Amino acid sequence: MKKIILVLLLTTIAMLSTGLTLASGGGYPKSPANVDVTDMASLQRGAKVFTDYCLSCHSAKFVRFNRVATDLGMTESEVMDNLNHLGVKFGSTMTAAITEDYAKEAFGAFPPDLSLVARSRGVDWLYTYLISFYADPTKTTGHNNAIFKDVGMPNIFWKQEGVKKAVYEEHDGEKVFVGVEVVEKGTMAPEEFDTMIRDLVSFLSYIGEPNQTYRKSLGIYVLVFLFIFFGIAYAMKKDYWKDVH
Amino acid sequence: MEQKSKGIMGWVDERYPATVTWEKHLAKYYTPKNFNFWYFFGSLAFMVLVIQILSGVFLTMFYKPDTALAFQSVEMGIMRDVEWGWLIRYFHSTGASAFFIVVYLHMFRALLYGSYKKPRELIWIFGMLIFLALMAEGFMGYLLPWGQMSFWGAQVIINLVSAIPFVGEDLSIWVRGDFVIGDATLNRFFSLHVAAIPLILIGLIFAHIVALHQVGSNNPDGVEIKKNKDENGIPKDGIPFHPYYSVKDIVGVVVFLMFFSIVVFFMPEMFGYFLEHANFEPANPLKTPEHIAPVWYFTPYYSVLRAVPSIAGSAFPGVIAMGAAIVVLFFLPWLDRNPVKSIRYRAGWYKILVAIFVVAFIVLGVLGTLAPTDGRTLLAQICTAYYFAFFLLMPIYTKLEKNKPVPERVTMK
Amino acid sequence: MSADAVNNSKRRLLVAATSVVGAVGAGFVAVPFVKSWNPSAKALAAGAPVLADISKLEEGQMITVEWRGKPVYILKRTDENMNALESDTDMLADVNSDSSKQPEYCKNPGRSYDKHTKISVMEGVCTHLGCAPKYVPDLNNPFAGSLGDNWKGGFFCPCHGSIYDLSGRVYSSMPAPTNLPIPPYKYESDTVILIGQDGSNV
Repeated sequence: MKKIILVLLLTTIAMLSTGLTLASGGGYPKSPANVDVTDMASLQRGAKVFTDYCLSCHSAKFVRFNRVATDLGMTESEVMDNLNHLGVKFGSTMTAAITEDYAKEAFGAFPPDLSLVARSRGVDWLYTYLISFYADPTKTTGHNNAIFKDVGMPNIFWKQEGVKKAVYEEHDGEKVFVGVEVVEKGTMAPEEFDTMIRDLVSFLSYIGEPNQTYRKSLGIYVLVFLFIFFGIAYAMKKDYWKDVH
Repeated sequence: MEQKSKGIMGWVDERYPATVTWEKHLAKYYTPKNFNFWYFFGSLAFMVLVIQILSGVFLTMFYKPDTALAFQSVEMGIMRDVEWGWLIRYFHSTGASAFFIVVYLHMFRALLYGSYKKPRELIWIFGMLIFLALMAEGFMGYLLPWGQMSFWGAQVIINLVSAIPFVGEDLSIWVRGDFVIGDATLNRFFSLHVAAIPLILIGLIFAHIVALHQVGSNNPDGVEIKKNKDENGIPKDGIPFHPYYSVKDIVGVVVFLMFFSIVVFFMPEMFGYFLEHANFEPANPLKTPEHIAPVWYFTPYYSVLRAVPSIAGSAFPGVIAMGAAIVVLFFLPWLDRNPVKSIRYRAGWYKILVAIFVVAFIVLGVLGTLAPTDGRTLLAQICTAYYFAFFLLMPIYTKLEKNKPVPERVTMK
Repeated sequence: MSADAVNNSKRRLLVAATSVVGAVGAGFVAVPFVKSWNPSAKALAAGAPVLADISKLEEGQMITVEWRGKPVYILKRTDENMNALESDTDMLADVNSDSSKQPEYCKNPGRSYDKHTKISVMEGVCTHLGCAPKYVPDLNNPFAGSLGDNWKGGFFCPCHGSIYDLSGRVYSSMPAPTNLPIPPYKYESDTVILIGQDGSNV
């Protein structure tokens, strides 16, 4: 009887897990970002890219410069000179260079705050998004994006990355979008560009949850403590339960 | 009590029933000695309650129930600016899900061993009321971070109210205190979440335990231990709760805390089930997220809601079905007509019915997290039908059961 | 139950060990809750050091800047003021600022940096009950009371009448027990003071 029930439950779980993986399949495939938020050099480079490019239009209004300095192992003057382009106070948060009104006029919408974008979208989505712009003359920005159709954001890295075009394949007489390919070289070598984007995504992941590295390292100690506690508590329980027959 | 104790405890006991209460409910409260794994979840539910109250009290110190400030006070204030605020918040968000996991397993234990049967009907009723209060607590608490899922989840559920014929529209406006979920809604949900419902919960939990101690615990054999007492009036199969089950429950709590810590420290989002990804975006009444699903612990009932087709353009039948799926549980003590409590001594086919019920419930839960398709809706309808059939046909099939002989005394398996 | 068979000392040891480890665990858990009451990053940012420009400060003039919700007085004293600090010091309650709060580099009669001895920076918070004392520069002022002509100007607290000299040193038998506190501060340049961050006198 127990075996029948066990089989029943296991089949359900197996069925459901296949169902779930199929369900998550739709849409443009995401490429793994493979970021390492413990890599300080990468985070520091990412912070530079972020403040040089993204912070012009986007804000990261939950992120304080002084916190970034502490977490990324940078000095106050390094942060104030290289990252803080608006010259706000060291303890201030990251605000966008453009005003809300101007942004609405230029892009039709206010560019979203990026403090938590890595948590709402996921790093893989961000990485794929940033490498999936392609030339599309029908758009006012001149670009479209494979994973975010008709996105309002211009392709700010086109000089570095080069020009990409959409690739279509014929399937039963229909044009199907399959991906993007570079048609004109950019100022950066492809590997160099890829590293820059990964650094940026890594930094976005960091600002999404600045505690994440510390959280995990603390977790190890907590589990070790609980394991010791378990050993002692279990020995006590066993000793008492010797009485029970 | 005739003999007077001396010292400080003597002084206290004359004024307050400290020793009497200690003995009646712990040191001389006799509990069946054959509790198994399933009997940990009562004390674990209490543990989670403590975690939720402690973390909740501290979160309330930093949270701002104002639509303009709520999201920021959580995601910036608590998660970044307040020292250790992130940990307190993860305790609370993980604790919410842990509460439901523990309570579902606790309820399943009652189903396995017939703990709702005479004379324990009131324990079950109080337990069901706790479950209802907990759902209200979870629902209202989920609005507070004021993220996209907070807003749209509440939007969908409050709109169910408007499906009620005639008064629905006015009622939903009354619940919101506005034409849209706004400041008024957030403030009342905050008040109910941090004050009213916790008070009700504590009262109900007290009643639940008082009722339990009045009749004593059931056990995996479903044998009443009070029927077999020795010359001193102590049940032969009973052991005092303290120290035997207190030391055992400590082990249970530590193991629970290990799982809890793994989630808190290594996967607080739990792949988007405990903290949904869309909730990291502030609430935007003008933009619906691509896919709205309630938090996982509501999804079985949400599936029931969606499985029932609307009649004449009204979603009311679905709302009724969802309500009925919960209400029917209240009647469980009277639906089950089999005098044998423990599933160990019940018919083999009843075990299979229970197993299928578990499968149906889990499938409903999973479907509730997914966007509906024709196939999924059909599956949800089958599971919903089974859910109701399992309970509503119970009075018939439980009478047909061929039971195995129930032992006189508990067994130590 | 066979109580005899139980090894009681082992059981006591296990109970003690579990209690101790449990108490240690509870102590660890208390840390985040207790620490959550510390000033948040927002409060710390708001309480960050503030800059004060003293290039336009004339002798005998005082400006007030806010730092951590407190008024900080910056006073530029005259030569006459400085001489007055040396006279009648026996009337002061804490002449050498031994029991008062100030950075080590300001523990001198002028309660100021040696290089900028005329500039006095102090918190405008009376050490009695926290009112903001008034700056009284004139020599013959109506507040002097029993001190009469011996008081050569300074600070007068309107709440309970405590009187301080121009270094913020309190006179004897006043309600206020100690001198006005001096916050940590340093000179960014000769005309810019950073209040809230320690400097040194060397």
